[in-house]
Amino acid sequence: MNMIVCIKQVPDPEAPPASFKIDPATNKVIPPKGVSPVISPFDENAVEAALKIKDAQGGKITAISLGHNLLRDVVKKPLSMGADELVLLEDEAFAEGDSWTTAYALAMAIKKIGSYDLIFCGRQAADWDSGLVGLGIAEILGLPSVTLARKITPGNGKVTVERVTADGYEVIETPLPAVITVSNELGEPRYPTIKGIMAAKKKEPIAWKPADLGMETAKIGPAGQHAKLMKLFQPVRESKCELIQADTPEESGAKLALRLKEAKIL
Amino acid sequence: MAEYKGVMVFGETVEGKLSPVTAEMLGAGKRLAKDLGQELCAILVGGDVSGFAQEAVALGADKAYVVNDPLLKDYQTDAYVTVMEKVVKEVMPRILLLGQTTIGRDLAPRLAFRLGTAVSMDCIDLAIDPGSKLLLQTRPVYGGNAQAVFTTELYPQMATVRAKAMSAPERDASRQGQIINIEAGLSPSAVRTRIVQKVTEKVEGIKLEEAEVIVAGGRGIGDANGFKQLEEVAKLLHGAVGATRPPCDNKWVPDSWQIGLTGKIVSPNLYIAVALSGASQHMSGCSGAKNIVAINKDPEANIFKEARFGIVGDWKKVLPAFTQKVKELLAA
Ligand SMILES: Cc1cc2nc3c(=O)[nH]c(=O)nc-3n(C[C@H](O)[C@H](O)[C@H](O)COP(=O)(O)OP(=O)(O)OC[C@H]3O[C@@H](n4cnc5c(N)ncnc54)[C@H](O)[C@@H]3O)c2cc1C
Ligand SMILES: Cc1cc2nc3c(=O)[nH]c(=O)nc-3n(C[C@H](O)[C@H](O)[C@H](O)COP(=O)(O)OP(=O)(O)OC[C@H]3O[C@@H](n4cnc5c(N)ncnc54)[C@H](O)[C@@H]3O)c2cc1C
Repeated sequence: MNMIVCIKQVPDPEAPPASFKIDPATNKVIPPKGVSPVISPFDENAVEAALKIKDAQGGKITAISLGHNLLRDVVKKPLSMGADELVLLEDEAFAEGDSWTTAYALAMAIKKIGSYDLIFCGRQAADWDSGLVGLGIAEILGLPSVTLARKITPGNGKVTVERVTADGYEVIETPLPAVITVSNELGEPRYPTIKGIMAAKKKEPIAWKPADLGMETAKIGPAGQHAKLMKLFQPVRESKCELIQADTPEESGAKLALRLKEAKIL
Repeated sequence: MAEYKGVMVFGETVEGKLSPVTAEMLGAGKRLAKDLGQELCAILVGGDVSGFAQEAVALGADKAYVVNDPLLKDYQTDAYVTVMEKVVKEVMPRILLLGQTTIGRDLAPRLAFRLGTAVSMDCIDLAIDPGSKLLLQTRPVYGGNAQAVFTTELYPQMATVRAKAMSAPERDASRQGQIINIEAGLSPSAVRTRIVQKVTEKVEGIKLEEAEVIVAGGRGIGDANGFKQLEEVAKLLHGAVGATRPPCDNKWVPDSWQIGLTGKIVSPNLYIAVALSGASQHMSGCSGAKNIVAINKDPEANIFKEARFGIVGDWKKVLPAFTQKVKELLAA
């Protein structure tokens, strides 16, 4: 089973909301000091999905990441978890792209890799939260797709996927190759082992530039954008919390009930 | 070349009715159509969905397009993308809105790529730019920490819409509209996937999306047993219990209880947030609540920035006393 996992480096989405700042003049996020970027969490779930299959029936896992200023310690995480190869599409030209340029570049890289049965993406990247790239890759490569996967079982040239729905799940069967986007319901990604970390340190990522992928310049970066970002801003929240205080927590609990009654909320 | 014109809303049904987000999109769509001086239409796709056409008209659609085909009874990506591609090429709407639902999240991106256009996912505001007449699409990004306004010059201008972000119109049963059938023209071989099984976990009591009171627990609740205490309060107040992601990931509660960006969107009158920190991704699902009450032992927790009332303290001590007092007040 040849598997490809698309992983995106993002600012840590779990950093405290108070540390989040943007520069309205440039429409850019100011990275909080001392908080390292991470692999988008759903992409780690996607790596875990591929590793589970590798554990059960063997196979090869190639992780791909597109961006610029990719931190080696961050993007090598799939290798330290147990992936076999890492392909980096790292170039200034990819900056200021959108989900369309990203999907196109990733699809071209996947074509260059050539042999694949399953392509995994996260359900959405934890920075722009779009959930477009996985389905874009499927459409560009003409492959069937299943989104929001929580369990993935390949066999007999097919794959059976449990897809999370609003009130339960559905079981979907699709022929291979296929694109699958993974949700956190799949389960916690494994921790890298010491052995894995050592192996990842030694492993050189494969680096491909736009020219290596035979990409049309009109489809890279700002030129290839389908959606234009007009404005990025932080919504203002009024914070005026009335703290209920008393001598003991029990008293404050009772006081809260009275206060809610008084405010006609109860 | 023919022109892209009008606003089209992709309708979804739940339990034999048009879904609330469909009604909300018809409300928003009407406003956009008016600003453009164009028509609002609905598109209904399914096994037999003709019965919903008049309802779409009652909610403001000037036209309702209907595609019926046994192959469309259940949502499947290939079938719906193929049919919607055909519909868009025939009708040529200027704007196409879908709900940010299990279906919309899957259909809208693939359809946009198929049509060679853009789509903004999970929009909370839509407006027509007075100068360019393009659709301005506002969506939360960075887990809700920021909002971005996007536009595109490609057609149709597509967006998915977050539940409860826009208001549903008044229903007018006497409204007249045109109902138009479109052939699906779908061959079974176009559908590569197969649905093996659909499992719906039954919700007992009040649904989260409809609840006026929600008691939500976070990681600090500690275990499944702790949630029993939240259930007791919820029951007293005729409300529902919700959760942040960690209790779901830890299997203390069903996944369907998750509230937030990747869970349910709720807007109760009262939201009691117990032992949860108020991460932006969680608040994305409940910031529409009218009154948020926070119980958290950490005075620095972000939830106190979002709450109207708060108690800094151990929920295990605060909540039982609160519950007891509520009982007394209700009995009085
Ligand atoms: C300065 C700046 C300007 C921007 N301007 C625009 C703009 O004008 N228009 C616009 O639409 N967007 C803009 N963006 C947003 C952004 O570039 C894209 O939306 C984003 O890169 C595509 O990812 P996504 O968040 O939409 O991914 P999603 O579609 O949410 O990602 C889904 C999955 O696809 C895979 N994936 C996504 N990206 C990558 C990657 N880079 N490498 C490997 N796998 C990946 C992952 O598996 C991920 O889980 C801007 C961003 C910045 C920082
Ligand atoms: C892309 C993305 C999407 C996400 N989508 C969602 C989503 O839809 N919904 C969601 O909820 N999360 C979502 N998350 C996760 C989110 O970022 C947070 O990790 C999560 O909401 C934290 O849950 P919590 O507040 O319960 O836990 P924590 O942040 O760990 O907070 C626990 C809180 O409990 C308090 N506490 C502990 N013990 C006690 C006690 N005895 N008494 C009182 N207080 C106590 C602590 O002070 C702390 O504030 C998403 C994350 C990403 C990256």
